[in-house]
Amino acid sequence: MNAGLLLDLLLALAVLGTAAWTLLARTAFAAVIGFVATGLLLTLVWVRLGAVDVALTEAAIGAGATGVIILYVVARLRGGEAEISAATPNPVQRILAALLALAVGGLLAWGVLNLPDPAPSLAEAALAGTAPLGLGNPVSAVLMAHRGLDTLLEAIVLVFAVLAVWSMAADHRWGGAPGPVFPRADHGPLSLLARILPPVGIVIGIYIAWVGTDAPGGKFQGGTILAAMWVLPWIAGLARPPSVTDWRLRLMIAIGPLTFLGVGLAGFLIADGFLAYPAGFAKPLILLIEAAMTLSVAAALACLIAGPPERRRRA
Amino acid sequence: MTATTQGGWLLVMALTLPAGAMLLAFVAGGRHARTISLAALGLWLVIAFAIAAQVQSGGAPLSYVIGGWQPPLGMALRADGLSAAMLLTGAVVLLAVALFGRTPYDTPRGAPESRAAYAFWCFVPALAASLAAAFLGGDLFNLFVALEMLTFTALALACLDGRPSQFKSELRYLLFALIGSVLYLLGTGLLYGAYGTLDIALLAGRTRADAPTMVAGALMTAGLIAKMALFPLHLWLPPAHAGAPAAASALLSGLVVKGAFVLLLRLWFWVLPAPFVLGGASVLAALGATAIVVGSVVALRQERLKLLVAYSTVAQMGYLFLMFPLLAAADAETASRAWLGGVLQAISHALAKAAMFLGAGLVAASLGHDRVNALGGAARAMPVTVIAFALGGLSLMGLPPSGGFSAKWLLLRASVETGQWWWSLVILAGGLLTGGYVYRIVAAALSAPAPGCMARPVPRAQEYCVLALAVASMLLGVLPLYAFGLVRVGAP
Amino acid sequence: MTGTDILALAACGLVAIGLYGLVAQAEVLRKIIAFNLLGAGVFLLFGVVARRGAAAGLGGDPVPQAMVITGLVVAFAATALALVLTLRLYQIAGAATVAEDPPERTASEP
Repeated sequence: MNAGLLLDLLLALAVLGTAAWTLLARTAFAAVIGFVATGLLLTLVWVRLGAVDVALTEAAIGAGATGVIILYVVARLRGGEAEISAATPNPVQRILAALLALAVGGLLAWGVLNLPDPAPSLAEAALAGTAPLGLGNPVSAVLMAHRGLDTLLEAIVLVFAVLAVWSMAADHRWGGAPGPVFPRADHGPLSLLARILPPVGIVIGIYIAWVGTDAPGGKFQGGTILAAMWVLPWIAGLARPPSVTDWRLRLMIAIGPLTFLGVGLAGFLIADGFLAYPAGFAKPLILLIEAAMTLSVAAALACLIAGPPERRRRA
Repeated sequence: MTATTQGGWLLVMALTLPAGAMLLAFVAGGRHARTISLAALGLWLVIAFAIAAQVQSGGAPLSYVIGGWQPPLGMALRADGLSAAMLLTGAVVLLAVALFGRTPYDTPRGAPESRAAYAFWCFVPALAASLAAAFLGGDLFNLFVALEMLTFTALALACLDGRPSQFKSELRYLLFALIGSVLYLLGTGLLYGAYGTLDIALLAGRTRADAPTMVAGALMTAGLIAKMALFPLHLWLPPAHAGAPAAASALLSGLVVKGAFVLLLRLWFWVLPAPFVLGGASVLAALGATAIVVGSVVALRQERLKLLVAYSTVAQMGYLFLMFPLLAAADAETASRAWLGGVLQAISHALAKAAMFLGAGLVAASLGHDRVNALGGAARAMPVTVIAFALGGLSLMGLPPSGGFSAKWLLLRASVETGQWWWSLVILAGGLLTGGYVYRIVAAALSAPAPGCMARPVPRAQEYCVLALAVASMLLGVLPLYAFGLVRVGAP
Repeated sequence: MTGTDILALAACGLVAIGLYGLVAQAEVLRKIIAFNLLGAGVFLLFGVVARRGAAAGLGGDPVPQAMVITGLVVAFAATALALVLTLRLYQIAGAATVAEDPPERTASEP
C-alpha cells in the first residue's frame, strides 16, 4: 500500500468517524463541532481530489458559514428536551431507518464502483473552451460561460432565500434591521476581533474573489469572507445593519444577478446571443459580473446569517 | 446536435422576464413591486402564448443554445409540446391568482410597505421564473437548481400569513423537499459519471441498463415523487397546502407540484433505459392508484374545507402516475392517447384546483370559518364562487364536458386498449369518490344558513378570478382533440 | 482498489449516515445538521466523478467541480432557510421537533 492510498484511507475513515460522532453527540453544540470538523476534513479530501476551488468553497461555505449559522441558532434554542424525547423514534423505527440508510448507501456504492472505465470527461472540452475567454481557471470558465445559466439561476436563488428569510419576520418587525439586537461589546475578544479582523479580511476576501478567473478562488469564496467581515461588527454591537426596507441594501443584494442578467441579455446585441460574450471582451465583462456578484454574495450571505428582522423599525 | 431554432429567443425571454421582474420588485418594494409584478405576469402570458403558437404551428420543439456553447459542455433551453402547454397553464393560473391577490395584498397609497404584500409580489414572479426554468431546462443539473427555486418560492408563499400553526407543517414540507432534491442530485452525479453529460437530448436513447444508471433512476424517482407527494410520501402535503393563505395554496397545489411531474416525465421517457421504465412503471401506477383511493377516502371524511381540497390534490396527483405503464406498454397510437390524457390531467387539475383553493379561501373569508358542515348560506352570499367551485369539482370528477373528463377518458381508453383494465376500475372509483366529496361541499353550501350565520360579502373582482380559472378548466373539455396536437409535439 | 474508490465509498458512507440522522433524529436542528452531512456526501460523489474524469493535465473534470460550487451555495441557502423556520417555530410555539400536532384545531384562517 503506497502513501497516497494510506492517506486516502485515513481521511475517509476520519470523515466517516467525525460524521458518525456528529450524529451520536449528546448535545446540539457538540454536534455542530462534529459537523465543522467533518467539513474541515472534507476540505482536505477535496484537495486530494485535485479540486482546490471546491476545497476553498467547502471551507468557506460548507464548513464555515454553515457551521456559524447552525451554531448561532443552537445558542438561541434552549430546552424542549421533553418534546424531543417524546418524538424520538423507538428502536424498531430506528432499525428501519438504519436499514433504509444502509440500503441507499449500499446501492449507491454498487452504482459508483460500476461506473465505466475510462470515465467520460469534459475536461478537454472545458480546457479548450477556457482559452478563448481569456481566463486561466477552467472552473471559472465553466461557471461563468459554459454553464453560466446555472450560476445566474443560483445567484437568483440567493435573492429568493434572503427574501424568504426576511418574510419569516413578525409583521410588526418589518422595516427593522436584519437579526436580533446585540449588546455593544466594547471590550473582550469579540470586540477586538471585530475591530482588527475586518480590514485584513476585506483585503483577503477581495483578493480571493479577484484571482478567481485565473487561479482557484472566486466570488463565492471571496464573498463569504467579506460577509463574515461585515457580520462581525454587527454581532459585536459595533455597527448596525441597514433596515430590510432600505433600497440600498436591497440593491446591493440584487446587483449581482441584475448585472449578470443585463450582460447576458446584452449578448443579443453585442455578441451571438444570450449569455454569449463578444470576442476579446469576455474577460472584462466576466470581471464586471464577478465584481457585482462578490458584493451581492457578501450582502446576501450576511443577511442569511443575520436572519429576519427582530428589532423595531427605526423611528 | 442542438441548434438554436427560429423563435428560440422566446425561451430566454420566458425565463429572464419574470426573473428580472422579481429582482426589480425586490429592490423597488412597496406599491412598485405590485405594478412590476402584474406587468411582468401579463407579458409572460403573451410570451407563453407565443411559444405555444410557435411550437404548434411549426410542429417541432423550440430550442436555444445558451451563449452558443453546444451541449455537452454548454446548455440548452428546449420547449416541446409538454413544456409549452405547461408554461401556458402556469401563466394563466399565475395571472389569475395574482389578480385575486390584489385584494389581500394591497398596499394603500401612502401606507408603509407591509411584509406579506412585499413577499407576495416578489414571489409571484419568482414562481414564474422557477416554473420557466423547470419546464424549459434541458440539463438535469440545471433542473436541480430549478427544483430548489421552486422549493424556496413555495415555502415562502406558504408562510405568507406568518401564523404560528403554519411553521411546523412548512418546516416538515421543507425537510421533505430537501431530501427530495438531494436524492435527485445524487442521481445526476451518477449519470454524469456514467455518460459525461447531463443534457437530456444527448442522454436520450444512449443510456444503458447498467448499475449506475439503474441506481440513479431509482434515487431520482424517489426524490421527485417525494416532492409530488405520491403515496406513501404524501403526509406532508395536506397540512402544508391547507394551512397556507388561499392564493398560496392555489399556486402550491396547482403549479408547484407539477414542476416535479414534468421532471419525472423527462427522466422516465427521455433519459432512463427501457428496462427500467418497463419494470418500474407498474410500481408507480400502483402507488398512484393507492393515492387515488386513499386520498379520496380521506378527503371525504375531512371536516375542514381546505384540508379536504388538499387531500383531493393527493388523489388527483395519483392519476398522473397511471400514464406510466400505459405509455410503456402501448402501440404508438394508444401511447399518444395515454400521453395526452396524463398531460391534460396535469393541466386541468392545475386550473380546477387553483379555482377550488381560491374559492375555499373566499368561503372562509366570508363565513369566518371553513367547516364543511356549516357552509349553509354560502351559495346565497357568493353564488359565483360556489358555481366556480362546483365547476372545478366537475372537472376533478371527470364529468363531461370538462378538461378532467377528456383526461380521464383518454387514460381509461388507453388502459382498456393495452389490456390493463384494472387501472380503469381505479379511475372510475376515483371519479365516484370525488363526486362524493364535491357533492358534500356543494350540498352544504346550497343549504339554508344556520341561524346566526353571518356571511360577509366578498369582492366581486376576486370571485371572477375564481370563475375564470374554473371556466378555463371546463373549456379544455370543449376544445376538439386536434387542438391538443400541441401536447403531442415532441412526445416520446 | 484506488484512492478514488476509497473516497467514493466514503461518499456513500456519508450519504448513509446523513440519511439515517435525517430520518431517525427527532430534533429539527439535528435533522438539519444531518441534511448537511448528506449533502456533503452527495458533493463528494461529484468530486469522485470529477477526479475519475481527470484529463488534459487537469486534476479533475471542471464541470462537476463547478456543479459542486453551485450546489454548495444552494445548500447553504436551504440550510439558512430551514434554520430560520426552526428558530421562528421555537420562538412562537416553543417547539423543537416537527412531530405531529394533536388533532387539527378548528380555527380557520380569514
